[in-house]
Formats: sequence, structure tokens, C-alpha cells
Amino acid sequence: MGTLPFEKHMYELKSKIDELKNLATEQNMDLGKEIRQMEVKLYNMQKEAYKNLTAWDKVSIARLVERPTALDYINKIFEHFMELHGDRYYGDDSAIVGGIAEFNGIPVTVIAQQKGNNTKENIKRNFGMPNPEGYRKALRLMKQAEKFQRPVICLVDTPGAYCGLGAEERGQGEAIARNLMEMSNLKTPIISIVIGEGGSGGALALAVADEVWMLEHAIYSILSPEGFASILFKDASLASEAANAMKITAQDLINFGIIDRIIKEPLGGAHTNVDEMALGIKRNLEESINRLIREPIESLLTKRYYKFRKIGKVVE
Amino acid sequence: MFLERGSYMFEFKRIFKKSRYIEVKNLENDNGEKKPNIPTGMWVKCETCGKILYSKDLEDSIMTCENCRTHFRIGCRERINYTIDSGTFTEYDKDMISDNPIDFEGYSEKLQSLRDKTLLNEAVITGEGKINGQHTVIAVMDSNFMMGSMGSVVGEKITRAIESATEAKTPIIIFTASGGARMQEGIYSLMQMAKTSAAIARHNEKGCLYVTVLTDPTTGGVTASFATLGDIILAEPNALIGFAGRRVIEQTIKQQLPDGFQRAEFLLQKGFIDKIVDRKAMKDTLAEILKIHL
Repeated sequence: MGTLPFEKHMYELKSKIDELKNLATEQNMDLGKEIRQMEVKLYNMQKEAYKNLTAWDKVSIARLVERPTALDYINKIFEHFMELHGDRYYGDDSAIVGGIAEFNGIPVTVIAQQKGNNTKENIKRNFGMPNPEGYRKALRLMKQAEKFQRPVICLVDTPGAYCGLGAEERGQGEAIARNLMEMSNLKTPIISIVIGEGGSGGALALAVADEVWMLEHAIYSILSPEGFASILFKDASLASEAANAMKITAQDLINFGIIDRIIKEPLGGAHTNVDEMALGIKRNLEESINRLIREPIESLLTKRYYKFRKIGKVVE
Repeated sequence: MFLERGSYMFEFKRIFKKSRYIEVKNLENDNGEKKPNIPTGMWVKCETCGKILYSKDLEDSIMTCENCRTHFRIGCRERINYTIDSGTFTEYDKDMISDNPIDFEGYSEKLQSLRDKTLLNEAVITGEGKINGQHTVIAVMDSNFMMGSMGSVVGEKITRAIESATEAKTPIIIFTASGGARMQEGIYSLMQMAKTSAAIARHNEKGCLYVTVLTDPTTGGVTASFATLGDIILAEPNALIGFAGRRVIEQTIKQQLPDGFQRAEFLLQKGFIDKIVDRKAMKDTLAEILKIHL
């Protein structure tokens, strides 16, 4: 079990269960009945807690270091993944992983923001925050997919585009804008799945797709709750209030009609069972890829345009 | 309905509040004689170079300082009056106002008070008109309305303007001025970036011309969408143009930023804009570009 604040009581109960199990083994006692009762209690506590998560709880889950990252899924969902590197102009951004693979025998292009699973890796991956060369690598791979008529699958997981000096100098805004424009018209199917944090424009640059899905506890927002709190509430510590006001959960977004599907996570979150989560994603991809590759390109592009065209609430 | 020439006074008084320059009242000389009778507010001092500017000169130079070339921020109506040939402008979607899509507390009230104060319905005016006789669709943003932030209305108006231009196979010119995406509309604002960029993609596919004019300030989600997608990107001198906010960058890298960082001249050097154009030359420059693309 992860170390989430709202799981404190469950964590304590789990510890007790483990203690009992150890005791039973050491002292050769039959505590089966007691242990089973406690396990049922734990299961019910979890079910209850996970039915009532607040937006801020979800932020904690999405940001957990233990949460599976793109590469954790890629190797379980696709076969023969070959990572490709570089934007051909400046460099290779480790915060973006992309390449070619097979999905049930169908050639695909896979692109993702990649976080680390520990501090060392996070530093290597810049915490999943891409520089312009990352977005340009993604674009290169997407145009390549278009050339060879491969569907594109994007796994979105980023706190946002990197806000460094070099990033500004190399045109971070332009890199994101270019991706938005090119993806909107890319002549091959695109599916984007927010697997963790969908941090603003930095996430959107991989999420202009025919279908946009979110994992059950993922978040997708215009800004971090901390940033939002600091700008609109003038107090960054009001982040949890901001998270609730901003409507950033998968449930909020599907109600708004902004995303197309939510993929259920194992009880306790994706990190408790990566295999189960990967299988869930795979099953959903199977259905959609088969459907989208049969759709004539013109019709696909029209639907994709209107998917984003219809978003907005105005009064005339 | 556009304010007449006197609109410059309207702009003038509004700019006072932005403390870009300082009002200098009537002065008395040593003998206690009053200087010539110039009513209060007709003289201003440029905050950049300190030169005293007579309001009529300011008006003639379209709100720029003749001495140091500082370009003061102007509103969208004034911009349109200056850029578009008199009597040729037709406004699109003038009554469109914002809803409250994520039910953000206080947003509706804030919008109403801004509409009352600025006499604008939103942070962009779109429409069509002629520039030195040449027809174009135009969109002009206004940083006086909620910092020019882009929410559903800005996104929708701009998208419709681009779609009109695509349908009629005409050029579009967009003057940008924005603090970025509008927080109060949450994910709806973020999606306007995709929506506007997709509209540009279609306009582009038809071989039509899109000119962006980046004005001070152009930042955030606007920079990361339609603002940087022009076939030709012009900018006003010294305009602040960037993606992330200065303070956020400083906090991230924990270093001082170079002089001129995120100013138009810096972007020109880094290869991201085509040309810096002084406001007095902007109309003719646009006309020339339109002519070459006929």
C-alpha cells in the first residue's frame, strides 16, 4: 500500500494484519479466522475510502512516486517496443519517451512523458517535464507515424512543460503550439491516455487526439492546484481547496464531455497492481484501435476537429 | 459602436491607472506665476525615459514615447481604429459574453464589473475590414479585460474569426495581448488552446495567410497556441513575449535572468519572430504584407 494521507487508518490495520500473520507463523497458532475478519474489514475500508476521494486525494495518488510510469505500461501493453531518440535539431529530451512497437501485431507509434520511479531517475527524467526538444521529438515521431499509417498512442503524465531559461530560449510556447496544430490534422488515429498528472499545456501537447481517456485517479488541469491557489487565492497553501474548485478529476472531465472514457484502477490505485492496470488499458486499446483504423481518414479528422471545436461555454 | 477620436482621451485616462507614466500637474515658476493654462492631465511623464509628453503628441504617435520609443499598452478599440480603414470595420459576435463553466465563485460578478468598467464585453474584438483598401479578417485582444486572459469566449470568437477567414479564403491578422489562459474557467480555457490551433490548421491547409502581431504582454496559453502559429509573426518593440512567467522561471532555475529576457528583441535574436515593427509603421507594414499575398 502506498503512503497516502487518507490511507492512514488502513495502513495501521494492514500493519496489524501483518503482525498477526507473523505471530501465527512464529508461534504456530491458528489465527486464520481473526486474520480473515481483519482482511475483510480492510477491504471494506478501502472500498469506502476510494468511493469518496476528494480532488486533493486524487492529486496525491497521481503524484505518488510509486505510481506506474509510461515505461511501466509500455513494456506490458506493447510488443517489441524500440525507443527512438532526438528531435534532429537540438537534442534528446529524457522527459519524453517515444518509439515504434507492435500492438497485437499492428505497428504503432507510442509517445509519452516519462517520470522517474525514484529520485535519481526523476532527475534524469526532469520529473517528466519536457523541454521544447521533447515536444519536437514527439512531433517528429508523430509525423513519421502519419507517413507509415501507424496509429499513435500517447501516455500523458507530466506536472507541466519545463519552465527553465533554456526552454524559453528554445521556444517552449512555439513547440507546444506547433504540436497542437499538427496533431489536430494528423492523418492517422491518435489515442491519448492521461495516466497520472495532466499538467496544462505541457500535457495538452500530447493530447489532441481522437479519443482522450483518463485513468480513474488521474488528474488533468489548467495549472497545478498550488499555482492556482497562489494566483487566485493569493495563498499557495490553499492547494486542496483549489483542487476542489478547479474540477480536475476524471469524473469531472467526463461529466463536462471533455474526455471520452475513464479506465478503472485496481482498488487502492494503479500502483497496487500494475499488471491489472496494464491489462485494463490494453483491453480498452484493443477495442478502440480496431475501430479507429477502419475509419476513413476524412471522417476521423472531421470528428477530431469537432471534438475540440465544441468545447466552451458562452452566452450569446 | 466605436468611440470617436476622443477615444484617445478614454485610453489616456485608462493608461494613467497602469502607472506606465506619471501625470505632471501645472507648475509654478519662481515668481509664483502659473505656466500657460494647460488643464491637468494634458501632460504626462514617460516612466521609461522621463520625457514630458504633451497628450496631443501622445495621441499622434499612437501612445508611444517619441523620445525612447516605449510603446504604451492600448485597448482593442483604439488598435482597430488605428489599423483598419475608417468606416470599413464590421464586428463579429459583439454580444458574446462569458458563462461560468466550472461554477467558479465570484467569476460572474467579476465579469459584470469588468464589462461595466471597460465597456468591453470580453478580452477580444473580432471582425473584418480593410487595411489601406485590402480586405482582411482581424482579431484584437485587450489586456484591460481580465489581463486579456483566454476563456471560452476569447477561444470561440477567435475560432469563429479564423473559420470565417477559412470559408472566404481570406487572410487573418491577430493582435495578441494576454496574461495567458483564464484560470476561472479551468479545463475549458486549456481546451481553447487546442480549438484555436486546430482552426489555424484548417486555415493553413487552404493556403491562407495568417499574420500574428505580438503586443505587450503575450504569455502563457496564448503564446503556446495561436500566437506563435502565424505564417508571419510581427512584434511591437520591447513587448513582453514568453511562455512561463518570469518569477516562475527564476524560482525554477534559481538564477538571475539575462537582460532583455522575454522581450521582442530577445525573441528576434533567438529566431522566433520575423520582424519588430514600430506602431507608427504597423498599418503600412500589414498592408504591404497583405498586398504581396494577394
